[in-house]
Amino acid sequence: MLARGGGKRTLQQLRESVLRAYAAEAAPAAQPAAPQPPPPPERTHFGGLKDQDRIFTNLYGRHDPFIKGAEARGDWYRTKDLVVRGADWIVGEIKKSGLRGRGGAGFPSGLKWSFMPKVSDGRPSYLVVNADESEPGTCKDREIMRHDPHKLVEGCLVAGTAMRARAAYIYVRGEYYNERVALQQAVNEAYAKGYIGKNACGSGKDFDVVVHWGAGAYICGEETALIESLEGKQGKPRLKPPFPANVGLWGCPTTVTNVETVAVAPTILRRGPEWFAGFGRKNNHGTKLFCISGHVNQPVTVEEELGISMRELIEKHAGGVRGGWDNLLAVIPGGSSCPVLPKTVCDNVLMDFDALKEAQSGLGTAAVMVMDKSTDIVDAIARLAYFYKHESCGQCTPCREGSGWLADMMKRMVRGDARVEEIDMLYEVTKQIEGHTICALGDAAAWPVQGLIRHFRGEMEDRIGRASLAAEQIAA
Amino acid sequence: MLRSSAWKLCRVGQKSLQRQLEACSVTTRAAVFVGADYPSTGRGFAANSHDVFGQHRDEKGNTISTPFDFTDANYDAVADILLRYPSNYKQSACIPLLDLAQQQNNGHLTLAAMRRVAMLLDMPEIRVYEVATFYTMFNRSPVGRYHVMVCGTTPCQIQGSDGIYEAISNHLGLHYGQTSPDGLFTLSEMECMGACVNAPMIAIADYSNGVEGYSYKYFEDLTPADAVEIVKRYKDGEKPEMGSRYRSKAEPAGAVMNGKWTPAQKTMPTLTEAPPGPFCRDLGEMPAPEQPKA
Repeated sequence: MLARGGGKRTLQQLRESVLRAYAAEAAPAAQPAAPQPPPPPERTHFGGLKDQDRIFTNLYGRHDPFIKGAEARGDWYRTKDLVVRGADWIVGEIKKSGLRGRGGAGFPSGLKWSFMPKVSDGRPSYLVVNADESEPGTCKDREIMRHDPHKLVEGCLVAGTAMRARAAYIYVRGEYYNERVALQQAVNEAYAKGYIGKNACGSGKDFDVVVHWGAGAYICGEETALIESLEGKQGKPRLKPPFPANVGLWGCPTTVTNVETVAVAPTILRRGPEWFAGFGRKNNHGTKLFCISGHVNQPVTVEEELGISMRELIEKHAGGVRGGWDNLLAVIPGGSSCPVLPKTVCDNVLMDFDALKEAQSGLGTAAVMVMDKSTDIVDAIARLAYFYKHESCGQCTPCREGSGWLADMMKRMVRGDARVEEIDMLYEVTKQIEGHTICALGDAAAWPVQGLIRHFRGEMEDRIGRASLAAEQIAA
Repeated sequence: MLRSSAWKLCRVGQKSLQRQLEACSVTTRAAVFVGADYPSTGRGFAANSHDVFGQHRDEKGNTISTPFDFTDANYDAVADILLRYPSNYKQSACIPLLDLAQQQNNGHLTLAAMRRVAMLLDMPEIRVYEVATFYTMFNRSPVGRYHVMVCGTTPCQIQGSDGIYEAISNHLGLHYGQTSPDGLFTLSEMECMGACVNAPMIAIADYSNGVEGYSYKYFEDLTPADAVEIVKRYKDGEKPEMGSRYRSKAEPAGAVMNGKWTPAQKTMPTLTEAPPGPFCRDLGEMPAPEQPKA
């Protein structure tokens, strides 16, 4: 009955719309529209970045990463001219380019750099580069540090000038021992060439670059925890305000930025902000390093245009999902803290900040973790819950206790050893953590589990059903 | 000039440390706690660490009277590290110095090593203990000469890190957190090591030869058989090449699938041409010099 009634309505609607169309055709347009210049053709397709537009030209280490190779690839070329144009010029150009922070939050970089005090009150300012790359799925900064370290060192000088900083401290995670050695070599070479140090590049400014390292703590990727760790303490985040731009490293104005953000700055200035802004959609400009891992035919780190569709990115560069696109189960689009997306969303979603935010996830660090249908998705998220339990610094109660609860409950969910109501309870626990902690690690612990419940609740319920059925059979 | 003065500074600290160690060894000996981890049963906080005891327990070779000092060569390294930070914030060198001490001390930090660092940096000892217990790369009980760390976080997990663990575990007869009886290997699980495109991977820290011989190598794109082979080669005293077994770096080439390397059918080559040379646009006129505002 219902279906037939629905069919009738549809027929009627169709008839009405056809009549309307005829009427519109019959009536001439009231007035011809005034001639207007045609709007510039709006790009609707992104991706397919060409080699000559890639910033990281030695991503795969095919060329010499050190000073000779770097200079041949165009690093340290006219750096002096960039530096002597001053802080305001650099900040203005970066603002024009639309560069957004590449470390996860996607805050506009030019704006962030402009928060640093213009006139010193006697305290020096510092640039701190966050090379504590620990977000599961992310391995882009590693490639920069070991294959293009001079881009980072030069970026330190340029970004440091924009912030009126006296020195840059690069905080490399402890596990990246070999990357740190490569970076240190690059720093030494830059000192030897006079590019940094006293009268850096002959610009009249003194600028030092120092490599510091941690010892294995995910939380030190959070900016205030990183500052604490750099001060030789436990990496426990600070309350904000005061923000690091006022009171940061050793009580001095500090800005913490991701490696990639810093490393792209000199190239943007040399090639022009318009060039960079020519990539990607509005408010999501530029190119970005994507790390595609998991169930693809060829996992790869690749630089692509922001706004490329997820499907194109995976099929073009990573050789497609194993067993074809239809074998896709889910994708975590931006590192472990971004909620998982099911295949239906992945079919059409674009890879940039705003598009993924609309899809209730995030671009994060652009670490794309692909999972095919063979994956135990509950187990995969349970492992992330364990990760956050392990990495919680233990400072705030909701995160310290909650992440433990999440890990314990998720462990049972993997086996289906739970009641269906407990899924809601699990969701409630994530809501108790989210937004109630000093830093974003609490949120990051909550989101993957929330994403799982949002998109794979059926799978969790099935599992619980199967397990309880099996238990009944054993009992009978 | 600066360097030698820093060296002297260290030496002074070293002497006063010796004095303080002698003075306090009786009074505070009973009250030294090194951490707040739980035993690794149940809900331990340091499940990946081989440090079973959260608190310091006196054991052979690790009591308050066990001597520890950096070697002369390492004092140069200490001075080098200290020069990186403002002289009134020496504490910043805490993690690098602990790292150095651990390398020198066969892979673990004794109580004396932590106290030495505290002395060199003018820090209260408890602040050093806090740092040493907070970070997972610091070991407070002895480890094998080769510390084998298997990454087990999701990107590696979905690529088969369980199989890697099983293979190594069966080969060595060890579970996570255990050290082989010959003192050669310690097996641990680590959280994401940041080589996800080359998953699954293990890292092996080599503590067999102090700071000079120290290495921390990533072995990537592993099959279970590869992992066992690498461990075997370490056992034979070799130094296997780090990196991927099957490709150069993180370029598109193939993947480990079901425990086997599968080359890609068709690759999408990027960055194949010689990189373009130096380029800079016309930067235009110099902007007017900035006027500092009051």
